[in-house]
Amino acid sequence: MNCRRECLLTLPSLAWMLAFFAVPAGLVVSMAFRPSDLRGGIGEGWSLDTLKAVVEAGYLPVVWQTVWLSAVTAVICLALALPMAFHIARVSEGWRRLLLLLVVVPFLTNFIIRIFAWKSLLHPEGALTQLLICCGLVSEDAMLLNNAGAVLLVLVYTQLPFAILPLYAAAEKFDFQLLDAARDLGASPWKAFWRVFVPGVRRGLMSAALMVFVCALGQYVIPQFIGGPSDEMLGNKITQRAFGDRNLPHASALAACLMLAMLVPMLLAALWRRLFGKEAAS
Amino acid sequence: MKRSWFPALVTLAVLAFFFAPLAMLVLNSFNASRFGGEWEGFTWQWYEKLREADEVWDALFITLKIAAVSSITAMLLGTLAALALHRFKSWLQSLHSMLVTLPLVMPDILMGMSLLAFFVALGVELGMTTIWIAHVTFSVSFVTMVVLGRLQDFDFTLLDAARDLGATPWTATRKVLVPLLLPGILAGGLLAFTLSIDDYVITFFVSGPGTTTLPLRVASMMKGRNLPMINALSTLMIASTFLLAALAFRLERRR
Repeated sequence: MNCRRECLLTLPSLAWMLAFFAVPAGLVVSMAFRPSDLRGGIGEGWSLDTLKAVVEAGYLPVVWQTVWLSAVTAVICLALALPMAFHIARVSEGWRRLLLLLVVVPFLTNFIIRIFAWKSLLHPEGALTQLLICCGLVSEDAMLLNNAGAVLLVLVYTQLPFAILPLYAAAEKFDFQLLDAARDLGASPWKAFWRVFVPGVRRGLMSAALMVFVCALGQYVIPQFIGGPSDEMLGNKITQRAFGDRNLPHASALAACLMLAMLVPMLLAALWRRLFGKEAAS
Repeated sequence: MKRSWFPALVTLAVLAFFFAPLAMLVLNSFNASRFGGEWEGFTWQWYEKLREADEVWDALFITLKIAAVSSITAMLLGTLAALALHRFKSWLQSLHSMLVTLPLVMPDILMGMSLLAFFVALGVELGMTTIWIAHVTFSVSFVTMVVLGRLQDFDFTLLDAARDLGATPWTATRKVLVPLLLPGILAGGLLAFTLSIDDYVITFFVSGPGTTTLPLRVASMMKGRNLPMINALSTLMIASTFLLAALAFRLERRR
């Protein structure tokens, strides 16, 4: 009786997620071992040809670029989110709600529109370029768009809330009297912040860094609209293979590589947490 | 003890960084200049052009239709999933829980790519149905998490009380559990609705001819020449986002 009820409740969502999440994800990995046919569909039989083609196509610089951009994005996001979480956790209840709302609202604005906003700001005739020329900070023919710096800027813009919210959640649980204690014992504010607050929220730091890094790894829309041809990430290559030259097995093999690239840091984090958990228990 | 002004300053700067691009969009939607580098006078002309742009309104209609259907589906599936996950603890639920939480960490591009591969392998024609399936798949997890959060505060002895008073299990569910869970279910549904309207990446992979949603339309307009019209459209979309956020803020406050 109980078993029947469990099955009835579980079946709809379980079946849906199996069919449209687990099976497709497995399919992508398996398609890396299928040859492509001439029309870009999936060929017959199994082979290593697709993987060979992917290795020979020389994606290493793009992989490196993807990891590098994501890592720098994560570092910048943490550097900005840390003082912000510290501040939000210490203000009064009303201010806190307002500040959190102000962090979330731009984030609710459509993703494409936020990218468009930056594209028009950074445009050679856009407001930011004109402003910087007026201040004499850049030359007349400066190109703010279509370079890695612009991609990084917009990556930080879109990923920053992912760093602020988990860090705030950690900072909220932090006992701020510890900071006063450190100050009383003679630590400078800076030292108290680094030696007491930062270690106190390290779990939040960890999940914020992971979140930003993994989300940034899969980006392709930002480099496509904001970056130049040399600023492409792995995601751009996937869409080009899938839509540009209609080679689904090749695109799937790249997607499998991306999956691997995000699983590695997640597994490392899980391992670290386990080791760390033991240390805290002993 | 005196507090440092530095964290407050960073907070202020970051919020300015968040809102400045959006404010510029709104401002430029009334600017006669095409690129918005300088102010060339107030105009409504971009909004008038937008009103005549049938392709934008068609896209909006498609987007709302998909969002409505997929958020209702996700609401149903997510609520059932949350009830099962909360009520039972078995190996089946560990698998279930994994399948429901993994999409939260799966980057959009991987989900889009795998669904595309799946539909192509099955020979399914891309269109409304494939977008609906994709949107339900990524929003079920969010609905489940929201409803699960509600269930953790739910007092299940209320159900026992209803049964003691003679209600059948079905009546107890319908008259006690569902009304009390409704705010959570609706909040999850609203989240699914927003996510569906907002989605670009996954929709891009699984959409077919004639199913251009609003984000896809905006992205293709970005490559064209009608840039100021996007300013006007963006302003309307930002305004509706802010309105909804303010409404949600008020509703939550009243509780």
